[in-house]
Amino acid sequence: MTPASNNKTQVSLPSDTEVRVTRDFNAPRALVWRAHVESELFRRWIGGYEGWSMPVCEMDVRVGGKYRWRWRQDAEGGEFGFYGEYREVDAPSLLVQAEYYDPGTFGGEMPTTPTITRTTFTERDGVTTLVVLITYRSKEERDAAISTGMTDGMETSYARLDALTAEQQGS
Amino acid sequence: MTPSQRLDATFAALADPTRRAILARLAQGEASVADLTKRFPMSQPAISKHLRVLERAGLVSTAQASQRRPRKIEGARLGEATAWLADYREFWERRFNALDALLDQLQAKPQRSTRKRR
Repeated sequence: MTPASNNKTQVSLPSDTEVRVTRDFNAPRALVWRAHVESELFRRWIGGYEGWSMPVCEMDVRVGGKYRWRWRQDAEGGEFGFYGEYREVDAPSLLVQAEYYDPGTFGGEMPTTPTITRTTFTERDGVTTLVVLITYRSKEERDAAISTGMTDGMETSYARLDALTAEQQGS
Repeated sequence: MTPSQRLDATFAALADPTRRAILARLAQGEASVADLTKRFPMSQPAISKHLRVLERAGLVSTAQASQRRPRKIEGARLGEATAWLADYREFWERRFNALDALLDQLQAKPQRSTRKRR
């Protein structure tokens, strides 16, 4: 089974501080939900960085439950990650997280207020639509996240993800 | 202007449907204010106002040499705005492609854990 060709990610900017990411998946909603809330499944897709491992992927998915994700650069030992708290959990349709960036060994400010990520799951005719609405603290921070935070250093991860995708599709 | 301020100006300019329509027209070729006024159901001052916003955002320029002072689209700035989101979109697309692969795998195999929920 390969993804349908129309399953393209769409990105829009609903306001100065928000980003909305929308994508369809050819899978039942319950399964897409599981891939978001079971750490063993989640870590298999959330982020692969070439030369990086994910030593920490802890998720206590319930209202008020905490999560912590951390990546380690195997060659140099550098680490960074994200941590936060689940604010709303309504299986299998809504997940709201308050998220903080953890600069780890890379330095930089520890944020004092979180970014809010609201993920909604809807299913129609066996296709699940995922909408991720990310609200940043300010327009500057949103722009910075789009410009650098999400792309710098991640280019290399693409090759690995591609390899993983090919391997899994081949199996 | 910093790159961030340039993008602000660009997106603010693009937020208006009339300005997007003017850009769409200019994408087909140069046009003077008079040309645009004939084409859009609004006054010349209104068209000129929209053009000023587009010019400030660097999306449109004016050929001063010609008497008609035709406006033309500045593709570089528009490209910059598009590329900015394109990289971000690509980041998510890669991530979601990995999720696609995982979902395919989970659906192909009997699920290891407990219930089957289809």
